[in-house]
Amino acid sequence: MKICTIRELLDARIITGEEQMGAHVYSACGSDMMSDVLAYVKDQAVLLTGLVNAQVVRTAEMMDMHCIVFVRSKEPTPEMIRLAEESSMVLLATDKRMYEACGILYSNGLVGNKVKKEPGI
Amino acid sequence: MSDVLSFRFNVDGEDFTSAGQASVQVKKDLRRLGLDPEIIRRVSIAMYEGEINMVIHAGGGQAEVQVAEDAITIILEDKGPGIADIEQAMQAGFSTAPDAVRSLGFGAGMGLPNMKRYTDYMDIQSTVGVGTRVTMRVDIPQ
Repeated sequence: MKICTIRELLDARIITGEEQMGAHVYSACGSDMMSDVLAYVKDQAVLLTGLVNAQVVRTAEMMDMHCIVFVRSKEPTPEMIRLAEESSMVLLATDKRMYEACGILYSNGLVGNKVKKEPGI
Repeated sequence: MSDVLSFRFNVDGEDFTSAGQASVQVKKDLRRLGLDPEIIRRVSIAMYEGEINMVIHAGGGQAEVQVAEDAITIILEDKGPGIADIEQAMQAGFSTAPDAVRSLGFGAGMGLPNMKRYTDYMDIQSTVGVGTRVTMRVDIPQ
């Protein structure tokens, strides 16, 4: 799924990384516990979280994730935005809650570790 | 085995926000060396969890990463309170981290199990009241 599709589906705002909207992600992880995120390696994944601190960006970076979606209207700090820019990571923010945001992405084909083919890929 | 490249870091225990900086730097250094991304990911996740542990429990410490031809070794050393029961600490879900740490996304009792999961070898030497030394190794397939 393209990051721009995630943005559209979640009606999300782009905080940083607009130039990477065309990049693909193949799996997703929704959690506020960073050690749970770190427990399962996923390729080119998107992280959905309601947690806001610098460790969220570092965790995503350790996992080679390309995109973080902040749910429940959470806004990252300037420090987090700076860290994300250093790592060429996309930050999005949505008003949707975690359950709804994950459900929307799942039902549109972004199913955890597996890949559903998206038309046009 | 030929040369061993070594990186050393001071892990600042004062500020949780800056925890993980050494791991980010190691990841960059290993990328520059052109190592396999999967190996880099395993090393940096294991080190990151260890670094977070040192900040949460031990007020910081020292980290060293040795890169050899056939393996990467991470040594984390602190002068913290030590681990009384290592076997218990290794159980997924067991944690002595304060609630404040949980609200920051850590302290779920997954740190040490994750470090073991991502490495080929892990050894913990700890003395209560003296400190802890964690040695981890990720093998590089030849």
